[in-house]
Amino acid sequence: MEMLLSGNEALARGVFEYGGEFASAYPGTPSTEILQVIAKFFKDDVYAEWAINEKVALEVAVGASYGGARSIAVMKHVGVNVAADPLMSLTYTGVGAGMIIVSADDPSLHSSQNEQDNRYYGKFASIPVLEPSDSQEAKDFVKTSFEISEQFDTPVFLRITTRISHSKGIVEIGDRETVEHEGFERNITKFVMVPAYAAVRHKIVIDRLEALKEYAETTDLNRIEWNNKDVGIITGSISYQHVKEAMPDASVLKLGMGYPLPMKKIAGFAAKVKNLFVVEELEPFYEEQIKAAGIEVEGKKYFSNHLELNVDRVRDGFIEAGLLDASVKSSTALAEPEEVLPRPPVLCSGCPHRGMMVAMKKLKLYTTGDIGCYTLGALPPLSQIDTCLCMGASIGHAFGITRAGKSDGKFVSLIGDSTFLHSGITALASVVYNKGNTTNIIVDNRITAMTGGQDNPGTSRTLMGEPTNAVDLKAICRAVGVEHVREVDPYDLEETISVLKEETERDACSVVITNRPCMLFPSKIKDEPYTVILEKCTACGLCFGVGCPSIAASDEKNDKGKPKAEIDPITCTGCTICAQVCPSGAIVPLEQ
Amino acid sequence: MKNGITNVLIVGVGGQGVLLASEILTEVAKVMGLDAKKSEVHGMSQRGGVVTSHIRFGEKVYSPLIPSGESDVILAFELSEGLRWIHELAEGGTFIVNDHKLVPPITATGKFFYPEDAIDRIKARVPGAKLVEATDIARELGNPRLVNTILLGVMSQSIDLAEDTWLEVIKKMAPKGTAELNRKAFLAGRSD
Repeated sequence: MEMLLSGNEALARGVFEYGGEFASAYPGTPSTEILQVIAKFFKDDVYAEWAINEKVALEVAVGASYGGARSIAVMKHVGVNVAADPLMSLTYTGVGAGMIIVSADDPSLHSSQNEQDNRYYGKFASIPVLEPSDSQEAKDFVKTSFEISEQFDTPVFLRITTRISHSKGIVEIGDRETVEHEGFERNITKFVMVPAYAAVRHKIVIDRLEALKEYAETTDLNRIEWNNKDVGIITGSISYQHVKEAMPDASVLKLGMGYPLPMKKIAGFAAKVKNLFVVEELEPFYEEQIKAAGIEVEGKKYFSNHLELNVDRVRDGFIEAGLLDASVKSSTALAEPEEVLPRPPVLCSGCPHRGMMVAMKKLKLYTTGDIGCYTLGALPPLSQIDTCLCMGASIGHAFGITRAGKSDGKFVSLIGDSTFLHSGITALASVVYNKGNTTNIIVDNRITAMTGGQDNPGTSRTLMGEPTNAVDLKAICRAVGVEHVREVDPYDLEETISVLKEETERDACSVVITNRPCMLFPSKIKDEPYTVILEKCTACGLCFGVGCPSIAASDEKNDKGKPKAEIDPITCTGCTICAQVCPSGAIVPLEQ
Repeated sequence: MKNGITNVLIVGVGGQGVLLASEILTEVAKVMGLDAKKSEVHGMSQRGGVVTSHIRFGEKVYSPLIPSGESDVILAFELSEGLRWIHELAEGGTFIVNDHKLVPPITATGKFFYPEDAIDRIKARVPGAKLVEATDIARELGNPRLVNTILLGVMSQSIDLAEDTWLEVIKKMAPKGTAELNRKAFLAGRSD
């Protein structure tokens, strides 16, 4: 049977079909749907969970593998940085049952803070990297990955990108096949990485890599598609698809296994073609290794390591190299776009983060920010986030800037509930230990919202939909030594401003936690909408400053020609923040 | 059409239903035995951003992304979004736009303005552009949520996929209890 599946759906299907038994992940675009699909469709056969962060996701999946279950840990590219500590020694211990780490990279930073190329992790950890080029391969490569993992006693890195994750294609589906594995068998020299045992294991890793290089030469993951031999192209992942369309006459060496490279196969291919190119997205990962092997090849000279590739960019590279005629492009390919206003994403109508942002702005605070919906507060008109680096960084940033002592103004940190649990707790403990006096705000909307509303250890529900114990944020803050922990209602501006003022003036570390849920997840919240009494509105523009998508400029103007406000009753949730900033009482419930 | 592949670009704003519409189109192509791919660019569009969906079908589709200027059909759910992507239309391609405005909150800053002349600019660029009063048609049918299916119906006139297959897929993918309404909406669009 055939189905239209995204790369993420196909990969999840692969985990089911090829005997996967255990899946753990922390949500992160573009990888999030993999675990959601497993939990929704395959939970009778595959256990699936949200871990508190990627490091823990990897550790529990490793435990499951040691314990005899085919397992998978899923994360976005930057999540692998968090999981790098277990990864770099997991390569030494090897696995029990087959074990896959999915890294979903985000070329073009559709929803990320950088566009790092995680194929380097494969080389760094001396583990094989598989790179599917479409949905069918996303499923098929799960099978091959489990097999390689068990044959070579290694974790396998299955590296996808946003374009693989979120594109749909036709996939042939099948039934579940299972493989029997024993449970954990005591093997202290394999599983205990103390220096004496780890030194022995490192030699095993070096030998394993040699064996994997031999495997790379013969596996059908790497295949040559002979065509005209004037141009030979080495490519993999989504770039393969762009190459096939842009250069239909060229010979292609398609790499399904991106590390280690089949260097003999590459040399053989190179010898038979006149002009050799590497077309790969992001960094020159293949190119550098091929050049280091003494093979002449061009790559990044024509195909930039900046942003995603596509058919146009591949064509442009070959046109520049003089190997493709510019007439292949559409007659309208260079048509000038029309000038149209931008449409940036915004905090939703009624979002509880808005009240906190407005209060912080009122007090002229600087905000060290974090990763989540509230990062959107960096955009105008709020412009209230001053730093954003990685998960959990906000708390350390506020302390560091304050302790450095060279900046005027008050610095407070702003972090969401899920991000605080992911990697904010340790930072907070460190700040308290080092006698910090910063104020740290946790905008607790009781969900992991930015990735589409996933549960987390604070929500009382597991990914499999079961009720569970919830972490108590206030108790955690007190337990790490914060003496001043306050709760505020972010829809009450006066209270929020007064609490923030008190806490930022206090010479002690404090935490302020908001107590309103997300407007979208787990269910939509909508109260009675508000409206603008145009006769009372002076067009001062203060309500525009809260950046709510339900407030727009109306056709009515004041005598200076400035537009008065209007509110869309369909999307307004009645959160009242605009009414609270309005100095002339012009914003009232629609019902009145 | 280039290399026997039909390229359809569907554009709009997060929350308008672009993704479901493109899902239905791709499924129709698949049921007709064609190779089909669909790719979306939606960044953080849950929060009202720009959404585009690339749908490609034919004998063999490689890249999931439509090359510049090779969109045979562009279907825009919103006027300014239609204007944003109109340059992607292939020579002789079909441009269909819903006569509907969604003014983004950024206009409230007073620094950006909604293109009130969008229809004129669209007509100047593509004289044969088709303007659809989908909201009016949906109101006549008694349900404002039918806009997407009506637009799909209008678009179906410009691409070579069988009516029976469209109706079969819409029946299968329409939200529960709305199959008959969506069938009517599709046919209303198809004859508009």
